[in-house]
Amino acid sequence: MAEAKVAPRPLSPHLQIYRWSWTMAMSVAHRLTGIALYGGIALFAIWLVALASGPSAFESVQWFFGSPLGYLILFAYTWILMHHMLGGVRHLVWDFGYGMEREQRINMARFTLIGSVALTLAIWVVAFIAF
Amino acid sequence: MADNRADTRVSMRTPLSRVKGLGASGHGVEHWWIHRVTAVANIPLIISFVIIVAALAASPSYQDAIAIISHPLVAIILILAVLSVTNHMRLGMQIVIEDYVHHKGQKIAAVIANNFYAVIIGVACLYAILKVSLGRILA
Repeated sequence: MAEAKVAPRPLSPHLQIYRWSWTMAMSVAHRLTGIALYGGIALFAIWLVALASGPSAFESVQWFFGSPLGYLILFAYTWILMHHMLGGVRHLVWDFGYGMEREQRINMARFTLIGSVALTLAIWVVAFIAF
Repeated sequence: MADNRADTRVSMRTPLSRVKGLGASGHGVEHWWIHRVTAVANIPLIISFVIIVAALAASPSYQDAIAIISHPLVAIILILAVLSVTNHMRLGMQIVIEDYVHHKGQKIAAVIANNFYAVIIGVACLYAILKVSLGRILA
């Protein structure tokens, strides 16, 4: 058997080689927001378990979520959730074979960012007014 | 001995294997498909979840939170959301692990840990929702 040849060049350049584009940025953002939601759901689990444990445990958790840091986390979590949801809808559109053209791809990527920011602001404004 | 097959180019796979269509791994496109099914389910469930959380934020007292979570409609939506979301995130994280963790032992350990985490989160949420909402009837 001949020895396997070692290619004298990088065969598959990594992320930092490529010029950033809207589609690439939103693809990376989709994965990062997914990872953030994966960790963030633990906060909801802690809140629910505290509620099931009784008033004293609930008050401590509620104090945290009512603090400035808690609000910041909830606000960031809202945007991350909306971004991942719109990014997911984009992927579902692609799964059906639509939106593959260059202009459509870029527009959908832009809409993911703009739409998620708009939805996040809308949710917080409506939540403050309605409740 | 004569080869009586209609087409000698057919693969070595058994007819049962071809009918099942599960491929070499025995799982077929199950991972991909359930990831998509849970993605579709997540859309209405997450929209409902956001509304529920906004209502909870507006009434921060313990009694109000118990009243909201124990409402049957809220409890059922949250249970469905927990089931769909924990499965979706488990499948999604497994893709990330398989993309970036190349050492075989570490990959298997990470996938197992991922499954444990998803199940722990799911069971913790379901237990808490059921305890809060069923406790209301018994009380």
